[in-house]
Order: sequence, then C-alpha cells, then structure tokens
Amino acid sequence: MRNFEYQKADSVNAAVTAHAGQASSFVAGGTTLLDLVKIDIMQPERVVDVNGLPLYDVEALDDGRLKIGAMVSNTDLAYHPTVVEKYAVLSEALLSGASTSLRNKATTGGNVMQRVRCPYFRDGVSACNKREPGSGCAAIGGHNRSVHAVLGTSEQCIATHPSDMCVAMAAIGAKVLVTGPNGEREIDFLDFHLLPGDSPEKEHALDVDELITHVVLDAPIEGSRSTYLKLRDRASYQFALASSGVIVATEGNTIRDARIALGGVGTKPWRAREAEQALIGEPATEQSFKKAAEIAFKGATPYEHNAFKIPLGQQAIVRSLTHATAARA
Amino acid sequence: MSETSTAAGGISACSITLQLNGQRREVEVYPWTTLLDLLREQLHLTGTKKGCDHGQCGACNVHVNGTVINSCLSLAVMHDGDEITTVEGLSENGELHPIQQAFLDEDAYQCGYCTAGQMMTATYVLNSSHIGDSDDAVREAMSGNICRCGAYKNILAAVQSTRGKV
Ligand SMILES: Cc1cc2nc3c(=O)[nH]c(=O)nc-3n(C[C@H](O)[C@H](O)[C@H](O)COP(=O)(O)OP(=O)(O)OC[C@H]3O[C@@H](n4cnc5c(N)ncnc54)[C@H](O)[C@@H]3O)c2cc1C
Ligand code: SF4
Ligand code: FES
Ligand code: FES
Repeated sequence: MRNFEYQKADSVNAAVTAHAGQASSFVAGGTTLLDLVKIDIMQPERVVDVNGLPLYDVEALDDGRLKIGAMVSNTDLAYHPTVVEKYAVLSEALLSGASTSLRNKATTGGNVMQRVRCPYFRDGVSACNKREPGSGCAAIGGHNRSVHAVLGTSEQCIATHPSDMCVAMAAIGAKVLVTGPNGEREIDFLDFHLLPGDSPEKEHALDVDELITHVVLDAPIEGSRSTYLKLRDRASYQFALASSGVIVATEGNTIRDARIALGGVGTKPWRAREAEQALIGEPATEQSFKKAAEIAFKGATPYEHNAFKIPLGQQAIVRSLTHATAARA
Repeated sequence: MSETSTAAGGISACSITLQLNGQRREVEVYPWTTLLDLLREQLHLTGTKKGCDHGQCGACNVHVNGTVINSCLSLAVMHDGDEITTVEGLSENGELHPIQQAFLDEDAYQCGYCTAGQMMTATYVLNSSHIGDSDDAVREAMSGNICRCGAYKNILAAVQSTRGKV
C-alpha cells in the first residue's frame, strides 16, 4: 500500500481541519477506502481517522424524524429497534449488503460515500472518465452486464451506484448533515449523489473538506409498510443486478401514498417519482403495479449486455409492491 | 498512541497498545500497516490468513472488541487500545474451543485455508442475538466467508453442532 500520514481526530472540527491543505481522505470503516488505496485508485497523502468522533447515536427527534450519526455501523443501524419497526425497508436493505463482518465495520457515512464497482474503474489502466477525466469509458461497448446502469447514464459513464442502504434512504427521504470549513449545512438526500453527466469524476455534493456528520430520515409515512427486494447473481454477498425499495400506505384496497426507489439499475440511488404518482389513488393490484413499473423504466437506455435489467427491475417493483400490500394474518 | 522516531519516507511509525488474545502488547506500526499484516508479518500470528486482501473472502476475520471484522480492510493504528482475538486465542488452557472441536468432528475443511476465518465468524454468529438459528440464517450470516474447497455443508454442520456450547 502507498505511504500516507495518519491523524486521528477527536472532534468534528478537528477532523475538518486535519483534512484541509493536502490530498486527504477520511477513514471510517475503511472497507471502501483501503480497498481502493491498495489498488492505488484512491491516493491520499493523509488519512484522517474519524472513529473517535462522537457520531455513534441514533436519536428520535421530536418531529418524528430519525437522526443517525455518521459512525453508526451498518449492523447497528440494521438492528436498531426503531429502524426495524418503522423503517423495515432500511433494515432489510442494510442486511442485504456485503457480509456480516463488513457490515460490522461499514458506517452510515462511509456507505453513502462508497465508490462504484465498475471493473474498468478499478483496474487502473482502462479508459475511465471517472478515474481519469477525458480518457473515455471502456464500459460502453465493453463488458457492461452486472454493475452498469440503464437509468441516469451519460455518454461519459454508465456505472451503477452500488449501495443498498442508499436506495432505502432515497425511498424514505432524508437530509445529509455536513460540516466543513465554512460551518454546517444540510443537503437533501436526493441531491447528494450526482448524475455522471459530463463530469463523472464528480460523484457527490460535498465541498472540499466537508464531513458527513449525520443522516436524518424523514418521519415514516403514517400507516405505511415497506420492504426491500434485491435480485442478484447469487443469493447472498453480491451487489444488486436490480433492487427495489418500496413504502406503501393503503386505505382499504386503495393506494394512499407510495414511494419507490431502485438500486442496481441507476447511476445514483434512483427515486421513481412518476411511478409513485401513478400509483396514488389506484387499487393495490398487480395491474397497477405493472403500470407503475413500466413508467419507472420509461426513459431507460439499455447497453449491450444489460438490457435484461429493464424487465428484471420492473419485476422487482411488482414483487416488492405485492409483498408490501399483501394481507397479513 | 505516541509517535516514535522510526521513519520511512519521512513518516513516523506509531506506537500502539493492543489487548491481543488476553495479553497486553505494545507494537510500532506504520500508518499503512493493516491489522492483518501486523498480526501475520510483525507478530507472526499466522493462523489468520490473507486470501484476497480486499474484504471479499473472510479468511482474515478476527474479533475486535467482541465483533467480527475483516482485518485486511482495517489499519493497525486504528486499533490502539482495542481488544483483539485471533484464532490463536480461541482455545483456553490447552483445550480446543468447542468450534475447533466441531470443525474436527464434522470434517469441516479440506485445505484449511479458510478455516480460521470461518471459525471467527462462526463464534460471532453463534453469540449474536440478532442472527437466527436456522440453517438458512447461518448460511446467510456466513456468506462472507468463502471456502474454495467447498466444505460448506460440513462447515454449516460444525456451526450448528456448536450451538449452545459457546
Ligand atoms: C466485498 C465487498 C462487498 C460489498 N457488498 C456490498 C453490497 O452488497 N451492498 C452495499 O451497499 N455495499 C457493499 N459493499 C460496500 C460497503 O457497504 C462499503 O464499503 C461501506 O459501506 C463503506 O463504509 P466505510 O465506513 O467502511 O467507509 P470508508 O472506507 O471508511 O470510507 C469510504 C469513503 O467515504 C469517505 N468517508 C467516510 N466517512 C465519511 C464521512 N463521515 N464524511 C465524509 N466522507 C466520509 C472516505 O474518505 C472514503 O472516501 C461491499 C464492500 C466490499 C468490500
Ligand atoms: S462506466 Fe464510469 S466508472 Fe466504468 S469505465 Fe465508464 S467512466 Fe469509468
Ligand atoms: S483477506 Fe481479508 S477478506 Fe480476504
Ligand atoms: S477448506 Fe480449503 S478453502 Fe475452505
């Protein structure tokens, strides 16, 4: 591994200060950062350890929202009683990601910031606009089956955002709280991850030296049920080919409110707003779900090897909505 | 943690203290030394294995403060003051730990390369109140431990036969 300086911060402000002035990376769990430093894709000269920051709490706010510290592990968040009870989609998404031991290390902030799994990005030599702006994209016209998107792609980059947790957060709605050299601000979760467009090297809305301190989930929709369905090449320990996180509230058999977010198919955690709108006021039937699923992929662009993701993603939506609205004994 | 005078490329090694398999150990590490490399290369605790070095196989799994993690994706300096248990720390007073005995009894390995990591995850899984006790729940919870020899069936049997003994 390349050599770098190490500094352990004991406060948010100290972390931001230590990060400034040279090529630095924060390290939380290290499960993305060290993976990529070892293959020299990320090249920090200084690593700022944020494990000593007081960001380990999950706090219910008076307005019904849930404030999650950036250092809360994926395991602790998945099993937190409030998350299990009120945000099942998030608990299920977290538990579908990575492995037991990785989830113990992976943090909320680090998961939001995880990098793409595109093999051409990781190999260090192929044309890749994300790694080396202007060099091209080896995935377009290359092997683009499993970790490449059909929604939100551009001619510069088609890599999927790999997170499961973020799909659930996109469905729930959230704010990302950050602190930087100019103080604190909040970013809407749906604005946090950026479409690749003409600058795929720019992946998120953080400014230089800004640190994520919390993610605040919107209050759960009254009377809703939620679930996460992840479809992949093997049953466990694999990134999504397509996934669907849904939240639905029904009045009798009529859909009163609905949220749909998709993973494995989009270049960012993908919220399918038009599909949601098409469900509201409709009966909770397979026919309504199919119509919504079609709308969700209306603008999709298939590439040579991943066209199957369109029907797969649609089926994921139908099945997760069916599950979330099924009568319970 | 304190800095020492040792230097490589102008960067100092740091002195950290671990509670390793029940013993207090003070060691000097460079910032880029992973916990796995510290254990194997500096402390010669070679029971913990390096499979992929990228979080993909679980061969390097150890316990940190009672939680199982992949030691290849953690920096040693991040563990100042931590309690670390490796496979060498499983047995007590010369007696095999029940999970070790079960791996023997169930023939839960072929080459044995993945075994230490399997056992470290298994002991965590058996003690976690969140993870169910069905075969499927155990398979899911242990899916991050790859066995290239394909001993999965016997590994599952070893884990299940240890239930209640740890
Ligand atoms: C083998 C393997 C399989 C995986 N499978 C899945 C999967 O199926 N689903 C899934 O969703 N994920 C998966 N992951 C990814 C995993 O979820 C992420 O690596 C993890 O969530 C990152 O969290 P971390 O705390 O370890 O981040 P780190 O590695 O510590 O940090 C990641 C990035 O975020 C930055 N950072 C960290 N904390 C902050 C902060 N508070 N503010 C600002 N920046 C910060 C770091 O500088 C770095 O750039 C897998 C990973 C591996 C290695
Ligand atoms: S899809 Fe994106 S990450 Fe992959 S090679 Fe193209 S530009 Fe790079
Ligand atoms: S060596 Fe750490 S997971 Fe493979
Ligand atoms: S016994 Fe050989 S890898 Fe598992």
